[in-house]
Amino acid sequence: MKLTIERSALLKSLAHVQSVVERRNTIPILSNVLMEAKDGKLSLTATDMDLTIVDQVGATIVEAGATTAPAHTFYDIVRKLPDGSEVEVSANSETAQMTLKAGRSTFTLQTLPREDFPSSGMASLPQVFGVQVSELKNLIDRTRFAISTEETRYYLNGIYIHATEADGTAVLRAVATDGHRLARFEMPLPEGAESVPGVIVPRKTVNELRKLIDETNNPIEVSLSDTKIMFRFDSTVLSSKLIDGTFPDYQRVIPSGNDKSLVLDCKTFSSAVDRVSTISTEKSRAVKISIDGSTMTLSANSAENGSAVEVLEISYEGTALDIGFNSRYLLDIAQQIEGDSAEFLMADAASPTIVRDSADNSALYVLMPMRV
Amino acid sequence: MPVLCRDCYYWLDETPAKEHRPKRCSRCNSPRLIIHSELADLTLAHLDCDAFFASVEKRDNPELRDKPLIIGGGKRGVVSTACYLARLYGVRSAMPMYKALKACPKAVVIRPDLSKYRETGLKVRAMMQDLTPLVEPLSIDEAFLDLSGTEKLHGQYAAITLVKLAKNIETQIGISASIGLSYNKSMAKIASDLDKPRGFSVLGKSNTREFLHEQPLRMIWGVGKSLEQQLHRDGLRQIKDLLPLTEEELILKYGVIGKRLFSFARGEDGRSVTATSLTKSISNETTFNDDLGDFQALADILWSLCENVSTSMKKKNYAASTINLKLKTSDFRQISRSRKCFSPTQLAEELYQTTLPLLKELCNGQKFRLLGVGGSDLVSAEFADPPDLLDPAKEKRKKIEKALDAVRNKLGRESIIKGRSFRKRPSGSEPESD
Repeated sequence: MKLTIERSALLKSLAHVQSVVERRNTIPILSNVLMEAKDGKLSLTATDMDLTIVDQVGATIVEAGATTAPAHTFYDIVRKLPDGSEVEVSANSETAQMTLKAGRSTFTLQTLPREDFPSSGMASLPQVFGVQVSELKNLIDRTRFAISTEETRYYLNGIYIHATEADGTAVLRAVATDGHRLARFEMPLPEGAESVPGVIVPRKTVNELRKLIDETNNPIEVSLSDTKIMFRFDSTVLSSKLIDGTFPDYQRVIPSGNDKSLVLDCKTFSSAVDRVSTISTEKSRAVKISIDGSTMTLSANSAENGSAVEVLEISYEGTALDIGFNSRYLLDIAQQIEGDSAEFLMADAASPTIVRDSADNSALYVLMPMRV
Repeated sequence: MPVLCRDCYYWLDETPAKEHRPKRCSRCNSPRLIIHSELADLTLAHLDCDAFFASVEKRDNPELRDKPLIIGGGKRGVVSTACYLARLYGVRSAMPMYKALKACPKAVVIRPDLSKYRETGLKVRAMMQDLTPLVEPLSIDEAFLDLSGTEKLHGQYAAITLVKLAKNIETQIGISASIGLSYNKSMAKIASDLDKPRGFSVLGKSNTREFLHEQPLRMIWGVGKSLEQQLHRDGLRQIKDLLPLTEEELILKYGVIGKRLFSFARGEDGRSVTATSLTKSISNETTFNDDLGDFQALADILWSLCENVSTSMKKKNYAASTINLKLKTSDFRQISRSRKCFSPTQLAEELYQTTLPLLKELCNGQKFRLLGVGGSDLVSAEFADPPDLLDPAKEKRKKIEKALDAVRNKLGRESIIKGRSFRKRPSGSEPESD
């Protein structure tokens, strides 16, 4: 294999795939990135066995071929090469070495044979539909903060996506929860997604995908089966296993009878929560909210740090209520509300509270109060 | 050179030259004199009770006084403590019980009564805390004390305060303790071990290096069997053999512990005595009389261990964010598994439900000799078991456990139990607390 490629194009492509590679690997080949050169293109593949990313980039191919080299080292080298330089990559299968030349620098890396690299399994999947990049970004942003890291309930370690109906319209719905809070996002059902089964997309896949789609404006092709999901856009393909488990009945968690409605200015509220929570201890992060008429008093107390109080104007009709929340969770939700005002629907100090954007009902959040 | 009598506390600033030095106290004729050039300056001590569990038993039952006594238990048990009489026969702690009884067939064996030892140990600790706030307990029967700055308060040198403390422990609590007085923690700990039982040893800056030269490498805290073997292979046998090596050489060769090897060989230890040593984990384990491989039998034992851990967490006001399961196979391989929980917990049920699937996975035909459960990443109990959106029944389980605890606190632990602990347990598998 021998090729030349512009440094910035190679760097961009490597950046797309290299973050999939885990820093510590018990299987040596998984530390490597697969390079395949043919027909004027260099194709780069990285995998952790669950998640695979393939990225293609134009290159001048002198001699077609394939090899694998340590992903992080390769990436670090290309990153440090001077901008605008031309990189010559050549691999010799007999010496099991790959040579990189750019300007006055020469690097030699150990390679492993292409045959040892796990096959990418990029076969097409039965369900195919397209989504706009902005919609996919929204879907991820509105829900991923609530993904759980708990090992016992592994089926919560991702975003649950399924096709359903809401108020008579077909929607694609995404849900994530960790038992402390729940985030639900809906978008109009894309064409072709009518019979999409309920699937759980793992956290790492979600995070990698979110990084990749930041750079594109083109629609994303999504395809999936019961066990796999694939995202295709520009010259990148991301394919991932799904979490094999049953997502809990999240509808049960969303309260329907919360009658205490409160509307507040979201930006003012979140900066007030942020300020007051400076006092609450690292471990509890508790903020107490006292609502009485048209005022809300946020307060935090800590034996070590002291106390903090802030008063806000709100619109509220209902009986006075004291309720506590984890300030981190409140901020996570407030950050996702883009409109000016947010609505809180509460029942009492011990029951789940609903939060949503007053102007946008595509997303809904449920938050469990804390004892304060 | 100052001299101090351990019985009448008589202090003499200057003693005659070595050859004319008295063998006995000039005031009370006691032979227990401490003579050391730095006696007036040293303030850091390590106190260790002598054969603690056995001493407590002998105190409470004078008939045992002249008999070799072993604290420990079960057919498969090990010696927890052997009194000094039993030690004459070669009985040592951590020795398997059958070996101990072979060495000393006349020995009386008593099962440990941990709550009694705890109570006694806390009394000793309280006496230490009366003298200085800087008491760092290492276990229930030993602690470091930093008496610097207390000389004015007590109107006497730290050495005298300590000598009186040892005497008071004997008269007021009825057990004996050994004290090591030095200038840092490592040396104080070594000193307390030099003259046991009823000892009082001083390792000052002047005599430490010379003393260390001839000592085995094992004496260094952190040097175990395998590291010692490695050091031996490299031709290092005594602490003095480390002296020609630089700190870098030792670190490169032996890793992080190289740093300690270097400073220890020079009698250096920069650690200070800190009063609050935080609890890092709470655990409970048991060794079975016969190896077990049956999941149900193991699960039953697991439940009682979970109850014990839960009880101690509730008592100490802690909740664990990570739960650990530990097993030892019949061929002494240790297996451990851990799980991060949804939230910090102190509920026995939660501990059980988290560890049960881990145990099930490991029950694949192999047999085990030991099972243990523990909680780590401890936080204050106020963060324990918040409600879970996805598990509304959790609040109910929590209330049930609270109610059970309330009944047990009033009527005793066996007054109300869960059905699963009703199954017959294999004999001799009562958990031993650690």
